[in-house]
Amino acid sequence: MEITTNNLSKKYDQKKYALKEVSFKVSLNGILSIIGKNGAGKTTLFRILSTELMPTSGKAYINGYDVVNEPSKVRELIAVVPQEARAVPWLTPLQTVSSYLMWRGYTYKESRSIGRDILRTLGLEKVENEKNRKLSGGMKRKVLVATVISSEAPIIFLDEPTTGLDYLSRKELWNLLIKLKKDRLIVLTTHYLEEAENLGDIIGILDKGSMLAFDNMQGLRKLIKYPFSLKVYSDKFTVDQEVHVKKLSNNEIQIFSTEEKIFDIAKSLLANKVKFTVQEVSLNNIFEYLVEEGVED
Amino acid sequence: MKIKRSVSSQLLASVLVNAIYAMINYPVVMINTLLAPLSILAVVTFASHGTLLPIAAEGALIMNMVGNGTSVQGDLSHLKNDMKLQDMVVSSPTSAAIYISGMAISEIVYSIPTLSLLIILNLLYVHASLLGWVEIFLDMMLIFAFSTSLGFLLSTFSSDIVQSWAFSGILSPILSTIPPVYYPITYIPYPYRYLAYLSPTTYAAEIAQYAAGKIYMSSSDLLLTWLVLITFTIVMLFLAIKKSRWREY
Repeated sequence: MEITTNNLSKKYDQKKYALKEVSFKVSLNGILSIIGKNGAGKTTLFRILSTELMPTSGKAYINGYDVVNEPSKVRELIAVVPQEARAVPWLTPLQTVSSYLMWRGYTYKESRSIGRDILRTLGLEKVENEKNRKLSGGMKRKVLVATVISSEAPIIFLDEPTTGLDYLSRKELWNLLIKLKKDRLIVLTTHYLEEAENLGDIIGILDKGSMLAFDNMQGLRKLIKYPFSLKVYSDKFTVDQEVHVKKLSNNEIQIFSTEEKIFDIAKSLLANKVKFTVQEVSLNNIFEYLVEEGVED
Repeated sequence: MKIKRSVSSQLLASVLVNAIYAMINYPVVMINTLLAPLSILAVVTFASHGTLLPIAAEGALIMNMVGNGTSVQGDLSHLKNDMKLQDMVVSSPTSAAIYISGMAISEIVYSIPTLSLLIILNLLYVHASLLGWVEIFLDMMLIFAFSTSLGFLLSTFSSDIVQSWAFSGILSPILSTIPPVYYPITYIPYPYRYLAYLSPTTYAAEIAQYAAGKIYMSSSDLLLTWLVLITFTIVMLFLAIKKSRWREY
């Protein structure tokens, strides 16, 4: 499964760029996470790739098909849950899934049978004939995800599917996506960085319409000056080496530096019996570094 | 995996979602389609001491078909803006034409109880020849196609349900209450009569009234009336296809 964009741009009303010359290529079965602040251009990119919105300039291809000139070919390959999509309240989960499959051209009988199977897989069989309006927020989201994963589409687009869900419901959806990614490409936009880091095989960081970075976690770490961090549980500690220091709370600081320097500092902390933890920087740190320049000297 | 896609299934999906499942879950909505045409039919019949009943019965049928068509606007707008369902359909193998056709059929299915009652009333009180009934049927199909296209066009421009309600509020009187649908156009004095000719429903009503033998028209006037109604419908279909925003720009 492959998605390619070349200098993809979108301007609304000839004003500011919502998306500016975005170029990337991803070819995998797995999860592509697109992250960014609100208004970064995630949904615009999502909507162009899913053939809902025309770009102002540039090209985008899904498995080699042009999203602008060959939308019907692209639509054979994709299934989409847009941002803020809601399960139609007067339908049941089974009716929701089966009607979506019928819009994809499955017969009534096929769609009901596949619908039942997928709802059973997601643990929704007990509520398959309940009205959607009676389901919890997490269940409604699962019903929407069920609609697209029940289809044959090898590329699934999910625009912020876990927004507003509690942690356990989010984890449930994550587990589901991990199972699904084995034989599909899932494009997931999210503003939960932890979600993008846990799920994303490739992560794209958008800011003000531009793609700041596009790589796996290891690749993203190489983009920043200090790929290792050390959290010190003491405020009486001072360092004189070249590092970034971030104050987390009254008695906690986080130090960012290179691998060698972090281990030097760790040795001295051990000698002084100061509590600490060492880890590679998280997506949170990378995002702050690239987007917000939140790492202080 | 390549699957064989069924167009009839794609059409049926819209009918199920927008009509059958909605009717099963909210039976009260069926009263909605019944009330407007029947209430005006009753008022006109009482006010005319029954003399206008046959014309008003045809008028109620026209109003119902217009209402079915323009209802597409509210329903599509709701499914698009509030549910984001249309976005899911846009990026699926269903085309705009199939989606809108399915939704149009769903509106007819939705108003089957009302249509049945109005057809019975028309069979009882409108004494048309077989050719006349064929004319009335084609007339209803044209005005339905016109109003459905108009509804679809407006729905694609509507950004929320409140705007959609406003469109409905404007369309209903302009297309079915103010024009001479429930009575002959001769009841409207000049120069207001010219205004009535701006609405396609005026032509639809004249054709139906002529087919029932309630008004007289020369062959050339009848031909012209059909041509105007057909032109209105084709132009609106063309606009709906060309100007509506199935895919946003």
